[in-house]
Amino acid sequence: MTAMLELVAQNPFIAALLALVGLGLVFGALLGYAAVKFRTEGNPISEQINAILPQTQCGQCGYPGCRPYAEAIADGEAINRCPPGGEGTIAQLADLLDVEAIPLDAEHGEEKAAASVAFIREDECIGCTKCIQACPVDAILGAAKQMHTVIASECTGCDLCVEPCPVDCIDMISEEVTLQTWHWELPSPTDPLIIASDRDDMSSDKERAA
Amino acid sequence: MALMRITSPHAHGPLSTAMVMRTVLLATLPGIVALVHFFGFGVVVNILWACLVAVGCEALVLKLRKRPLGFYLNDASALVTATLLGIALPPYAPWWLIAVGVSFAIIIGKHLYGGMGYNPFNPAMLGYVVLLISFPLEMTTWGAPLGINQVGAPGLLTALQACFMPASVDIATMATPLDLLKQNDSLLIANLWTQQPVFGRWAGLGWEWVNIGFLAGGAWLLYKRIFTWHAPVTMLASLTLLAAIFYDSGSSASGGSPAFHLLSGGTMFAAFFIITDPVSSAVSNRGKLIYGAAIGALIYIIRVWGNYPDAVAFAVLLMNFVAPFIDHYTQPRTYGHSKGGGRSS
Amino acid sequence: MRKIYDIHGGIHPLENKHQSLQVSSTPAGIPPQLFYPLSQHIGAPAKAVVSVGQKVLKGELLAAADGFISVPIHASTSGVITAIEPRPVPHPSAMPAPCIVLDSDGLDTWIEHSGVEDYTQLERSALLQLIRDSGIAGMGGAGFPAAVKLGVNPERGRINTLLINGTECEPYITADDILMREQAEAIIAGIHILTHLVEPTEILLGIEDNKPEAIAALRAAAAGTAIDIVVFPTKYPSGGEKQLIEIVTGKQVPSGGLPADIGIVCQNVGTIYAIYRAVTYGEPLISRMTTVTGNAAAHPRNYEVLLGTPMSWLLDLAGYDAKRNQRLMMGGPMMGFTITDPSVPVVKTTNCLLAPTVEELPAPDPAQACIRCGMCAEACPASLLPQQMYWFAQGKEFEKLEAHNLFDCIECGACSYVCPSNIPLVQYYRAAKAEIVQMRNDHAKSEHSRTRFEARQERLDREAAEKEAQRATRKAAAEQRARDAAAGDGVEDPVQAAIARAKAKKAGQAEPAASADPAQAAIEKAKATRAASADLAPEDKARQDLQKLRERAEKSRARLTESREAGAQDKVIEALDASVLKLDEKIATAVAAMADQGWSENPQQAPADPAQAAIERALAKRAAQAAAPALSPREQLQKNLQSVEKSLQKATAKLAEAEQENSDKVEVLQQSVQKLTTKQSQVQAELTALED
Repeated sequence: MTAMLELVAQNPFIAALLALVGLGLVFGALLGYAAVKFRTEGNPISEQINAILPQTQCGQCGYPGCRPYAEAIADGEAINRCPPGGEGTIAQLADLLDVEAIPLDAEHGEEKAAASVAFIREDECIGCTKCIQACPVDAILGAAKQMHTVIASECTGCDLCVEPCPVDCIDMISEEVTLQTWHWELPSPTDPLIIASDRDDMSSDKERAA
Repeated sequence: MALMRITSPHAHGPLSTAMVMRTVLLATLPGIVALVHFFGFGVVVNILWACLVAVGCEALVLKLRKRPLGFYLNDASALVTATLLGIALPPYAPWWLIAVGVSFAIIIGKHLYGGMGYNPFNPAMLGYVVLLISFPLEMTTWGAPLGINQVGAPGLLTALQACFMPASVDIATMATPLDLLKQNDSLLIANLWTQQPVFGRWAGLGWEWVNIGFLAGGAWLLYKRIFTWHAPVTMLASLTLLAAIFYDSGSSASGGSPAFHLLSGGTMFAAFFIITDPVSSAVSNRGKLIYGAAIGALIYIIRVWGNYPDAVAFAVLLMNFVAPFIDHYTQPRTYGHSKGGGRSS
Repeated sequence: MRKIYDIHGGIHPLENKHQSLQVSSTPAGIPPQLFYPLSQHIGAPAKAVVSVGQKVLKGELLAAADGFISVPIHASTSGVITAIEPRPVPHPSAMPAPCIVLDSDGLDTWIEHSGVEDYTQLERSALLQLIRDSGIAGMGGAGFPAAVKLGVNPERGRINTLLINGTECEPYITADDILMREQAEAIIAGIHILTHLVEPTEILLGIEDNKPEAIAALRAAAAGTAIDIVVFPTKYPSGGEKQLIEIVTGKQVPSGGLPADIGIVCQNVGTIYAIYRAVTYGEPLISRMTTVTGNAAAHPRNYEVLLGTPMSWLLDLAGYDAKRNQRLMMGGPMMGFTITDPSVPVVKTTNCLLAPTVEELPAPDPAQACIRCGMCAEACPASLLPQQMYWFAQGKEFEKLEAHNLFDCIECGACSYVCPSNIPLVQYYRAAKAEIVQMRNDHAKSEHSRTRFEARQERLDREAAEKEAQRATRKAAAEQRARDAAAGDGVEDPVQAAIARAKAKKAGQAEPAASADPAQAAIEKAKATRAASADLAPEDKARQDLQKLRERAEKSRARLTESREAGAQDKVIEALDASVLKLDEKIATAVAAMADQGWSENPQQAPADPAQAAIERALAKRAAQAAAPALSPREQLQKNLQSVEKSLQKATAKLAEAEQENSDKVEVLQQSVQKLTTKQSQVQAELTALED
């Protein structure tokens, strides 16, 4: 024992080595304990992805609904195939999966500026029920040979009912901004009144480009 | 004229960033006057040259970053950085020393991090530390506190010469009181006091008045509500407390009296001009209390047990690291929330 | 003397209240045309109950409350309704919104109305209903329906304190001040009505010390009552409801809660006055006190304005000089919003119309970088950290914003006011709040859609399982029958079978919806169309579209005849008729368009249906076989042998190749070579046997 202490005392290198190894052991034990003790019982990753997807069930991604796409993403599918979610959803997915946010894949459609809802021109509806069958969220009411109508609050704006309609009486109406839904936008760096000062001077860039 | 459509509030207070900066500059005057009075015109040359270099660097970087020059130079923040660094550097420092320090502070300390408001560290202290590590000899040579009206005291011309033609003049130098105290290991404090001419009534000769000058400037800034009392007060309090605890009434191993520490080196300058830099400090009032107290403690620790005679720069930079962490834990209690941080109901 | 508490932060902007207090208030008169926005309060917009051309009397109901949190709107003078349509309204968005337009007849004839003789005899609910029917919304600026606030939910607990807000802390505004000076008695009477309604244990009226005349008038009127006039130092924003509550009671309204949660109900003096008029005289809310001020107005003062009066009317009265004015504001300089069209009407919340000169309120300077000076945190009455929230709002870090209690921000503007870098902080918070709310709503909606989708999926699965079960039973029965019939000559012509298969396949392609999930089918179809149309040249696409249209017209026609025969409803037949017509029209247009392009309708090579083509090929082959002279068995065998040998050669070559590449196909290929060899020898043997 004393011999060992002496050895350590005489060889600072060994002392340093011991100290480092000791520290490593202590911190490793701490981290291991923390990993066990504070383990997060998270949802499976596909659940979390599904929670981010907009649930329009539109199938524009090429999967029959949002959950299948969520599962596909969990298996490595690209995260940029959801036009209704757009850049916001891509950013959230990138954040969740810790990958680079990539621009929306135009093959699957473009992000719409405003959400839309389906509207059936009821005079023209012949009651064929085709749209009812196509609606992924059961948002269309009606029976065979009876007029159908869309429950606007349930409609996800997925477009899927438009194609099957034999008389083309379904329109997609984009939701308009009302006094109740209007809000101020974040001040933009190009606003002439407000120069958010540490941004590239975009106006001068444009001038140069012109 | 078309009517504007902008968001409220439409009224704006009288204060602007440029005004804040100018007020700070003005508040350094009493301290500068004291410095000039005891150490000669060196500090004035320091500041002027530093300001010139700073504005040059700032303009250069703004040009490179394609920002409007007039708009940004107008905020006077580069002048503040330069002035603070000019004060902190030893008087009669050679021109290249100042130029290196200032350009490092402005270009790397400030603009590489994104410009004003984005720098995590106090640029002036960053420049100071770079110089202190790179050129320890130049950085620890202080002019003797001869007094401006004494015979042999360097005039403005000599000061200019000392700066731009360092080889051509010889300025009388002396160790600073903090240095002497650190190196002393045999004399009682009282004996040291009588043996060395650099000591004055409470602290170093001249130093005590310089500190009092900065204290006066700081008090004026407090009165003008440029910053809050929290950080300076706790910094001075913790420094005093530690000095009082370890002041064994003046043995040879003593760290010096509280009054000595309060009025030595850059204590007051740091308390009111460096740690109150809002960009790199903690933001909430509670956070500022912790931030200031920690800096005070670090200053004492480094002064007494560390390797460097004065410790302000290191203490500030170390706490700059910690500021975001302090912020995270000192979020003030919002209206309508219970003390635990959650919503009261 | 009551203990006054201090609130955190606050600022002292220039008050600028004296300009509009030089003279007493005057009525603004009757403008020729008035506008009543259906939404001038917090909550659902009111529903118009009048029609264009209808004559209305002063005080007549124009629009009824739509739902619980909503208020009705009344005519403020007599006249004719000339339009109900979107018009410019006072709103920060400067968007037009539905308004009722009233052309006044100048007679100002009142509808029959009378006050309540003795409100103390009235049921609490009847009194509340009266306030509700009078269209009273909070007149301090927010416009929350007064009856909703007063009809306290008993679950929230008893109301102990009735707090009247006479603070009016915003600069420039003096509407409440002048009202308290001139109508102190009415206000005190109004407070008594509310006292009867909520039965509080204490009644407080909070007022800043910069209104000595109003304080004196109120004190005189309230002498001998239980009403405690609480005077406290002037500081913005002490008139905010939450701030006022803290100042006079020392309590804080819990975050996300209501004053009622801590036993307080708070009403503005203007609202109290309106309630007094409604109860005592039976007059609904049709006018209000509005300050017109700012240096661009030559005669700043307070006007008793009929609701619906265009602001331009008021501005003309006040001697407004448009040339000197750069921004016009409704409300004060701290929380008011800009008006871009002076023709917008005065509404229930219009407490002030501010027309400053450019020198008075200069345009904001460009924003500089935040230096985290912390002055905003010092000024924030909610003890927030505005500079931190600014960083997070810039980076759209919404979670952090919520963690920093963004939603406790009352948007008072104190932070922006003190900001030395001129950062429009409040706009950041407003935008961030709206985006967070939007995200929450979107997320709630998507959750809802998800559950609906999953429920539907489950239902479809269940139905499919049921069908499958039924099919299985039927199949079993059929097999039984087949066995019973005991194997007839089941040998069919193979070509005939192929035709049948091809037909079935084609049918399957045409209607996959029958078996698969219709949504899936629709997706596939849409995808197919998209893919097809992407690849197609415009000419082909036009052709395809035309083809589709023709098919659809055909279908529609068939359906039309079908439903005619079936004796369907006229409406259905009409609709079908219309759709056939429309499709015919579309076809005509498409044909014309194609003709314009010089495209022929039939492509050079008709893109044959593959199934059809297969059928045709098979038929042709069969015909050829039939036409050719029958081969002798020997020839047949020789031919067979040839083909087998050919195959064998090929297989051997492949095997060699595979062996060289060491592929895993070697085994399979070896087997096939073996098989072919056996077959070859067999055929060879047969041939020899035949030759023998």
